[in-house]
Amino acid sequence: MPTLRTLLASCLLLALGGAVLTVATDGFQAFTSETARRLAVLRDPPPVPAVLLETQSGEQLNLADLRGRWVLVDFVYTRCLTWCLALGGEFAQLQDQLAAPLAEDKLVLLSISFDPAHDTPAELAAYQERFRGRGHDWIAARPVSHDGLRQLLRTFGVTVVPDAMGGYVHNAAILVVDPQGRLVRILDTGNPQAVAQTVRRDLER
Amino acid sequence: MIARWPRPAPMIATLLYATLLLPPVRAWLEASMTLQMLVQIPLLIGVGYLLAGALPARLDASLARWNEHGITSLVLATLAGMFWMLPRSLDATIGEPWMALAKFISVPLLIGLPLGLGWPRMGFVVRGVFLLELIATFFRLGWLYLVSPVRLCNNYLLDDQQRAGEAMLVIGGLILAGVVAKLLWGRFDRL
Repeated sequence: MPTLRTLLASCLLLALGGAVLTVATDGFQAFTSETARRLAVLRDPPPVPAVLLETQSGEQLNLADLRGRWVLVDFVYTRCLTWCLALGGEFAQLQDQLAAPLAEDKLVLLSISFDPAHDTPAELAAYQERFRGRGHDWIAARPVSHDGLRQLLRTFGVTVVPDAMGGYVHNAAILVVDPQGRLVRILDTGNPQAVAQTVRRDLER
Repeated sequence: MIARWPRPAPMIATLLYATLLLPPVRAWLEASMTLQMLVQIPLLIGVGYLLAGALPARLDASLARWNEHGITSLVLATLAGMFWMLPRSLDATIGEPWMALAKFISVPLLIGLPLGLGWPRMGFVVRGVFLLELIATFFRLGWLYLVSPVRLCNNYLLDDQQRAGEAMLVIGGLILAGVVAKLLWGRFDRL
């Protein structure tokens, strides 16, 4: 009898545990939080909060005012010497690749700083100049309040960790916001061609 | 005849648990992937393992009727262990308070306690299978953490992840050495 009972208990636990593991990995698709956040966004696009930003020219801009256009968002800090250098270069390349929709005002690029204490409008403008970015369809901005920054990081799923060199490491990505102001896609950095292609497809739909 | 734990075991478990819950200790252990995975979680498992000795003998005996050779224990501990091996779960304990709570409750109660109850009932073969699978898991995950070019946890740095990988290979090697030593010089009826 103990053998049967043990078998029964083990089978029940296996079924229960299997169910928990299935839920915990989104059906064995997402083992890391980064994959999980990408899946979650595809399934149920979260609305982007109406956060007040200050741009590289010192103007105030509410994130909600960008509705009606597609927005490509990245998170940066201008002192960064690694990922953000790649990201900045990538946004400059996207300005070329997506020149038509940018000119037609269907799309705008937005770099948001998560280091607002250091990244003043002057620093943000210098950051764009470093990549020869053209100002008008690429906005670089910092959140005006600390609370706004927290809301942005939470909604966009950005985790910032201080590194040993006084800088930060973060899960860099290109975040796609649709004209309804919802975060609909999270794309990998490092391949601007693929990003441009995806965005063009989205624009045509 | 099952050997009972000496009396101080539950007290040591309580003290250890209280220490791990202290905010500065928690912050220190969770600041690094290596410390969270290879120190904090194993100590939480230890808390549950020691608690097994505090169960009343009657409860222990009635649970044992469902736990022949400690198999049920092993199934439960393995499943709960798999959950906490997901990089995603580890990552979430940093930002989500309810996941941190789940860790502090489930790791002792669903991994440590079943192992504490089941280990004395496991025979040579069951223990051998468990230990070899544990060693293989350390090697597999250690290798993965060592060579992965992407960060598996958004909250931890890549060099920390690689250190955790190295440490897992070392731990796997040490357990393997222990098993080999036991096989060469130990008694076969008890591992």
